[in-house]
Amino acid sequence: MADARRSRRFTAREESELRREVLVEPWPELGLVAADGPADPEPELVVENGRVVRLDGRDAADFDVIDRFLVAHGLDLEVADEAMALPDERLARMLVDVDVPRDALVRLARGLTPAKLARVVGMLDPVELMMALKKLRARRDPGNQAHVTNLKESPALLAADAAEAARRGFDELETTVGVARYAPLNALALLVGSQVGRPGVMTQCAVEERRNLELAIRGLVTYAETLSVYGTEPVFADGDDTPWSKAFLASAYASRGVKVRFTSGTGSEALMGHAQGLSMLYLEARCVSVVRAAGAQGVQNGSISCVALVLAVPGGTRAILAENVLAAWLDLEVASGNDAIASHSPIRKTAKLMGQFLPGTDFVTSGYSIMGRRDNTFGGGNYDADDIDEWLTLQRDWQVDGGIEPIEELEALRVRERAARAVQAVFAELGLPAVTEAEVEAATLAHGSADMPDRDRAADVEAADELLAREISALDVALALDRQGFEDVAEAVVGMLRQRIAADYLQTAAVIEPDGLVRSAVNDPNLYLGPGTGYRLEGERWALLQALPHVVDPRSLGAAVADADAIVEESGPAVPGSDPAEVVIAVGPAFADGLRETIAGLPHDDVLAAVVDGVREAGGSPRIVRILRAADVAFIGYDGAGLSGSGVALGLQSKGTAVIHRADLQPLDNLELFGMSPLYTLDSYRAMGRNAAGYALGQRVGPVPTELDNFARAKLIVRTTLLHAQEARAVVPGAAPVELEIVGSARQRPRSGRLQGSAPAAGG
Amino acid sequence: MAFDPVTDYPLGSRRPDLVTTPSGLPLDDVTLAGARAGSLAPDDTRATAGTLALQAEVARAAGRVQLAEGIERAAELTRVPDDELLAIYTALRPGRSSAVDLEAWAERLEELGAGHNAVFVREAAEAYRARGLTADG
Repeated sequence: MADARRSRRFTAREESELRREVLVEPWPELGLVAADGPADPEPELVVENGRVVRLDGRDAADFDVIDRFLVAHGLDLEVADEAMALPDERLARMLVDVDVPRDALVRLARGLTPAKLARVVGMLDPVELMMALKKLRARRDPGNQAHVTNLKESPALLAADAAEAARRGFDELETTVGVARYAPLNALALLVGSQVGRPGVMTQCAVEERRNLELAIRGLVTYAETLSVYGTEPVFADGDDTPWSKAFLASAYASRGVKVRFTSGTGSEALMGHAQGLSMLYLEARCVSVVRAAGAQGVQNGSISCVALVLAVPGGTRAILAENVLAAWLDLEVASGNDAIASHSPIRKTAKLMGQFLPGTDFVTSGYSIMGRRDNTFGGGNYDADDIDEWLTLQRDWQVDGGIEPIEELEALRVRERAARAVQAVFAELGLPAVTEAEVEAATLAHGSADMPDRDRAADVEAADELLAREISALDVALALDRQGFEDVAEAVVGMLRQRIAADYLQTAAVIEPDGLVRSAVNDPNLYLGPGTGYRLEGERWALLQALPHVVDPRSLGAAVADADAIVEESGPAVPGSDPAEVVIAVGPAFADGLRETIAGLPHDDVLAAVVDGVREAGGSPRIVRILRAADVAFIGYDGAGLSGSGVALGLQSKGTAVIHRADLQPLDNLELFGMSPLYTLDSYRAMGRNAAGYALGQRVGPVPTELDNFARAKLIVRTTLLHAQEARAVVPGAAPVELEIVGSARQRPRSGRLQGSAPAAGG
Repeated sequence: MAFDPVTDYPLGSRRPDLVTTPSGLPLDDVTLAGARAGSLAPDDTRATAGTLALQAEVARAAGRVQLAEGIERAAELTRVPDDELLAIYTALRPGRSSAVDLEAWAERLEELGAGHNAVFVREAAEAYRARGLTADG
């Protein structure tokens, strides 16, 4: 009979967020295999008389629409012979070799078939993939893109969020619509907000192609990344496109001044039911090959909306990183996913993120949710407004530029309010339904759309239709801003029109600097060739990314208190006592002097009083001495014990760590050690005093009950270090201990010197 | 001064003298002051075929052949009216057009001076015929 018992640990783990997700064994027939699928073709390219007659296991007569497109536009037969002849291992080694320049690899990739590309990239382990990605990224400087949406499609909130995102350094902002007809209003709010936050930030509105093109023609958006491609013919057709239609659309966008990025990503073919038994990575190699062949400058890939499906199969996270590498190897700009929710588990999704975050990509996320998650109408928000401090801290931890800058709260409020006012002004000038003062105020301070007043949505969509019908363009927006006193924002919008006219941002991996300079892989190429080369986070940028608003100056913590009233005074050298009931309370060099409270915020005078009380309660006679020669609690206690008539002492460091010592023990041994100083109350110190007296008088003593806080160290180790440093600075080497007398009122508080943020003393 | 596709990028910063609007307004005259004075029309704030041809040269000089070809097709498409642009895109979607329809669009593109795009559409028609992606396929 089966054992029906359950482990409480197993059942507890079953309740975790992670376990909401289904993991599956590979099932290659359905495409549920990350890489190296059993049916993936052998890499193959046969050229006869300048014509490709076989490609990756297929004869020309059997080429599907993707093969045909790649043969017509994708493969450079001039390098194909050389590239295809290189052994897989050789190419794989070149990908990670810092002495092989990016250019050489990009040239070879022009002649590689999808099966060869997938095979080679599939040989790399995660760290090798990161190395390859770092080396192959098109533009030198990594960047990031933000998502800006909200459930109420509030224009003031969209503008405020766009402004904050732009101010935080995102190079591109993407919005979409809950209701399709809102598109022109959302695009307008994003344009105005973005240019308030930082001139040059590019914007897009992800909507149906015809509508999108219309917005582009009006200059209300500057880029598009909605052009999806797929790795099998049936899925391409189900997506209602072919490589030719998508390539034509890309050129159509470019002809209207729109920067175009395609979208692909592992998992979509399996999800749409036509993976043809092929692995996700191989199909993605076909996709990115089509993207390059179509003449696109870049791609948004890294599984994107199917990420959770890819993570369900073994090696999924690795395959997603591999597909980013494929795109970069094909010389494409990469916006590397991390936008859709990858996992319920913060550990799992962030582990996945590191694959792109550490090497850096052209856009580390293809949409960081600048709002809270519930306002993300893309159906995602892998990282959102509530995670900004986490992201900034990761950048600071790794010394890595993930494309988001810290800003002070007041600066966020300033740009948010200005953007909301600017959009209010444009709405007024263009005769759109008014944005009220209440909306401006709410958008400035809001966490999300729940904080926003409701608008008349019927009136808004009517106005949106009218906006298009009236052919309102970015030029009208600039003039409206100008008339309402937003001259600098109007200048920025005209600057975006100049960009459209010059079209520099059509080049690979282009972003626009605040002064209008376009930076792309043409004039800012990634020339990484090992340590000391390529993009390095240093200098002013590193100073900016490490200066988070909540970082404190360590010199401001636990400062000495020269003007505080004295708590104790020295009354001469301490000599050994003879009273068998005596308990020496031996304090550290800075106790009640340079330092005035414990790490828990307990004033030293109160702590002394509590210990003295405790000793007396248990029948002992307390005597206070200061140890000057050591800052370590063991030696403070040990030296005290040597002076004690009973041989027992309570050693007390300034930060509150304590020890009960006895003269016959080795210095680093003890009777009881109290290392959890952040958790102690005055009652704790009273109990320590009682126990010390108990030992002195030879009574049976139960240890002082203590609590455990496993996070105490993480929270307080900086303060511990600083307090200890101050104690150590007060050490006088070789100095003899001195006798102390308590002076003044026991209730007096130091006037300064309280640690910032330290916990208030219990009952104090 | 002659155009150097390697050193003259970005055009907007380095060679504004080579860039004009469709009506011939120099890039440096595209300003807020100009907009106030009414010298800028909304449909004049876009790239010309000539500017896109220069961008195609930049892409080609950087070794990006397909990107250059895509921008060259875009340069031609500046001459195609908006509604026809969308109509051709729709015609190229799977199962929308017969081979005859696509040939008609190719001829129309030739008329509009979009020869590369015409070739592109004919190439699609051939692939669609082979793969049963034409309306009559």
